[in-house]
Amino acid sequence: MNQNYLPNHEKLIEAVNLADSADKLLDAVEALAEIRSIEAIPTLIEVLGYNNPGAAVAAVEGLIDIGEPSIPCLLESLDDYNYGARAWAIRVFAGVGDPQALNLLLKAASSDFSLSVRRAATRGLGFIRWSKLPPSKVHETQELILDTLLLVTEDGEWVVRYSSIVALEQLALTVTAEKIDFDQRIETRLKELFNDDPEIAIKARIKLALVKINTIKNTNI
Amino acid sequence: MYQEIEPSDSNTQEVLTLETAVDNLKQKEDLGKRYYAAWWLGKFRVTEEKAIDALLEALEDSENRSSDGGYPLRRNAAKALGKLGNTKVVPALIRCLDCDDYYVRESAAQALEMLGDKQAIAPLMKFLTLMVKDGELLSLAMETVEDKPHLREPYEAIIEALGTLNASEAIPFIETFLNHSFAKVQYAAARAMYQLTQDSEYGEILVRALEGDGLQLRRSALMDLGAIGYVKGGNAIAETLAENSLKLISLKGLLEYQVNQDSQSDITVSSTSHQLMDLMDTLL
Repeated sequence: MNQNYLPNHEKLIEAVNLADSADKLLDAVEALAEIRSIEAIPTLIEVLGYNNPGAAVAAVEGLIDIGEPSIPCLLESLDDYNYGARAWAIRVFAGVGDPQALNLLLKAASSDFSLSVRRAATRGLGFIRWSKLPPSKVHETQELILDTLLLVTEDGEWVVRYSSIVALEQLALTVTAEKIDFDQRIETRLKELFNDDPEIAIKARIKLALVKINTIKNTNI
Repeated sequence: MYQEIEPSDSNTQEVLTLETAVDNLKQKEDLGKRYYAAWWLGKFRVTEEKAIDALLEALEDSENRSSDGGYPLRRNAAKALGKLGNTKVVPALIRCLDCDDYYVRESAAQALEMLGDKQAIAPLMKFLTLMVKDGELLSLAMETVEDKPHLREPYEAIIEALGTLNASEAIPFIETFLNHSFAKVQYAAARAMYQLTQDSEYGEILVRALEGDGLQLRRSALMDLGAIGYVKGGNAIAETLAENSLKLISLKGLLEYQVNQDSQSDITVSSTSHQLMDLMDTLL
């Protein structure tokens, strides 16, 4: 970044508040998201409720980049949100992988009305930051996630099933506790789905997942 | 053409069975029920002979008319027949290409594309040959109908159908439509030319369209690239300013094409397939 010009978050926030067209709002939100400042969090969260998809995408990306500090604030805002804003919030939770939002992700992955929310929440379940959980809780949480993901492999939308394969792969690659049982359950389900699923893309992603899981297994032995 | 037209009248959104749908379609009192039944049979892929015959009858209906003189039931029946995979309906759909309702002609062209029967090539091609003189596209092909947003003929659907039907005899005519003034018709021509020649020149036209102004046009190019499985377009698709949902559908089309190529060379997961899936993973 140019050292002579350090963006000032207050100016950027003001630009978001003053934007009087969709294009200006998008530019202002992108600029604010880019500074990755915790000062930007409340404004970015507000943008999720504006019913402007372009700006919301930029705000979601900004909040994910800021990461964990945005989570408590966002959890607090949820009650005031309409459906659309909640859906954007779920994407932030999925992208950050903070266990504080785990229950919301589990629920959204298995039962949200919108397939793109189920898709994002499902992927998020594979990328939870285990280091943020107390060690005593890790194993039962992983079990809970595995049960939900196995259920999501039966979703009616191909893209949600695709997401569940990516998440299961990630779980198999990162989970350490009781690994053998875990891997076996994941592999068994993936092979089953490979035989049952009519979608070429699903079969292809399962093949890739099995190759990746087996490569890791062989290097660990 | 990628959006399912769903009846909006919530009173008719009932659960049907094969029997009740066919009965609803055949009765004449409640037009809303007929319209919904035609859509329902296509949506749920009801391929029984009874359903096909009732839809064929609906294709000639003259009772259900819209305020502009169109035939909504015929449109829905043609769409449904396209999904049911029974080629005995091809002659009836070809007759619909002469219907005076533009949207019936469009639905029929789309249905003929889905059914994949080569009988449809000559009647579809006729629309294009009429508009080309000395290798040039006539300006008539670019005129819209008075007070309507659409052209005189559904060229987009016709050209896409000819590409899918592998109508190489149509190449010189489709090529002239690359110069059409409607972006979506240009894209349809590029898409069909790519399917017919596998020349990446045409795929690149669609890749450039991903950077165009206007979300609708970018969405349209995404769907076209997915439909032809233009694998070289993968990165550009992932970077397009549009919803991830659509980018994923487009990339899925590329992946399906590539997996099909892989299976011919007996590779488990080719590096190209792997790259496409890496792109898809980032969009979830």
